[in-house]
Amino acid sequence: MKTFALTRATDPAQAIAATGKAKTAQQGADIRFIGGGTTLVDLMKLNVEQPQTLVDVNRLPLNKIEALPDGGLTIGAEARNSDLAYHPLVRKNYAVLSEAILSGATAQIRNMATTAGNLLQRTRCMYFRDTAMPCNKREPGSGCAAIGGANRGLAILGTSEQCIATNPSDMNVALAALEATVHVRGSKGERAIPIADFHVLPGNTPQRETVLEPGDLITHVTLPPPAPGNRSLYLKLRDRASYEFALASAAVVVTVADGKITRARVALGGVGTKPWRSTEAEGELTNQPATEATFRKAADAALRDAKPQSQNGFKVELAKRCLIHALKLATQPA
Amino acid sequence: MSDRSERDQKPEAASRAEFGKSTRRTFISRLGMAGLLATTARVTTAFGQSSVKEHSASAESKDAIPVTLTVNGKRHDLRIDPRTSLLDCLREHLHLTGSKKGCDHGQCGACTVHINGRRVLSCLTLAALCEGDEITSLEGIGQPENLHSMQAAFVACDAYQCGYCTSGQIMSAVALLKEPCGPEDADVKELMSGNICRCGAYANIVTAIQSVRKNAKPA
Repeated sequence: MKTFALTRATDPAQAIAATGKAKTAQQGADIRFIGGGTTLVDLMKLNVEQPQTLVDVNRLPLNKIEALPDGGLTIGAEARNSDLAYHPLVRKNYAVLSEAILSGATAQIRNMATTAGNLLQRTRCMYFRDTAMPCNKREPGSGCAAIGGANRGLAILGTSEQCIATNPSDMNVALAALEATVHVRGSKGERAIPIADFHVLPGNTPQRETVLEPGDLITHVTLPPPAPGNRSLYLKLRDRASYEFALASAAVVVTVADGKITRARVALGGVGTKPWRSTEAEGELTNQPATEATFRKAADAALRDAKPQSQNGFKVELAKRCLIHALKLATQPA
Repeated sequence: MSDRSERDQKPEAASRAEFGKSTRRTFISRLGMAGLLATTARVTTAFGQSSVKEHSASAESKDAIPVTLTVNGKRHDLRIDPRTSLLDCLREHLHLTGSKKGCDHGQCGACTVHINGRRVLSCLTLAALCEGDEITSLEGIGQPENLHSMQAAFVACDAYQCGYCTSGQIMSAVALLKEPCGPEDADVKELMSGNICRCGAYANIVTAIQSVRKNAKPA
């Protein structure tokens, strides 16, 4: 690990000023915030990340999880994943978020990992993590070893000629289905970024994963009030029953009245280069009968643009079946 | 388990009289001594460096920073390189070798400790970020003369084979007692999935944990 200077931010303004001098907030940032460290310290040990300065944001007053006056929820950037997953309001109103978080990582890691850190979780693509291999995300222009290489776990949606790395987060998939908003404070003031716009597709700049700029501090995430009468769940398919990243996952939030789906929100994990909201699937579900035929149409729509690689063609059908089963479970009579 | 750990803390005390009570670490230290006597200068140097004394922060990093940590209720004023993981700090600076280094990348759970009563991975925790926290390592959970009920259950249930993952398993299991864990074996397995056991002692580990949970329930 390359050495670094360590500073502890005492308030958000100081943290923002400290990182505002960074050249980038993306891959290779010279100044980085550190929260739980479960991704960053790991990548620093691998020399994939080599920040010269770390700004500790763990002691900032950003860990509250509270109901909002409109019935929604505000989640502090430094709230730990376990506290979020087990929070009574999350379990009651946003089951999909609780289930998604608890399906990821382990109890120890969930105790460490933060909301903001999970939003910024890095891909598990083995070539990204191995500095001996080419990787456009780690070293722009060096090439993509995953295309034509070991790509069984990698993405089939949102890929480019430069990068097919999967976004590994479960939490982000639930946040996409819940239409969360990411709140950021930076040197130019505060911004509210819809989760759908927070992560960006790799395109020709896979080193850029989010819209964050130097100095931008994620302060909290808000959720809109739960849709009346909705049921939500997270279904995750993987090689092991626990402590494994998704091959395919589905976060669904649906409302059914008289056998008809009146509202649907769908996001997929394990298959996209970013948390994959599927408005195409939602379009096939809305105002349709809650039947397997409808679910199959929605799944076909969600995967219509899938581009499988040499080893992950199975993910197309797996993701479809994952979504169909999730919808079945979420719409069956209580 | 903790019997070993305690003696691990003072391997220099390994005398001829204690030879019968050999531990892994004292054994390796002695191997180093044997090397000094029996092999070439080049090799003896290598062996000598593996002895515990040599590890004790002898070469302070030029980047060292002052850090005060509270471990098992005791305050320690240290100077450490900012890169030092909590795991390395416990083992190499404080000689609390109960916490084990398995993968060093947050994948195996052998390094599990408690921070403010919650289980975390010490290999992915920078020690310098832990100022003001209450850190508990295996040594703070129980001692040979006063085992934690979970340690006693691991012994009673034969919940280990080689023992390398055991301290992490016990630290996780003790923390699990206070977590929202369902009653079934499957619930325990899920919440223990971050502690890998290459020997495959999983069945007995679950038995040990369940025995403590059942006994802990109010009558």
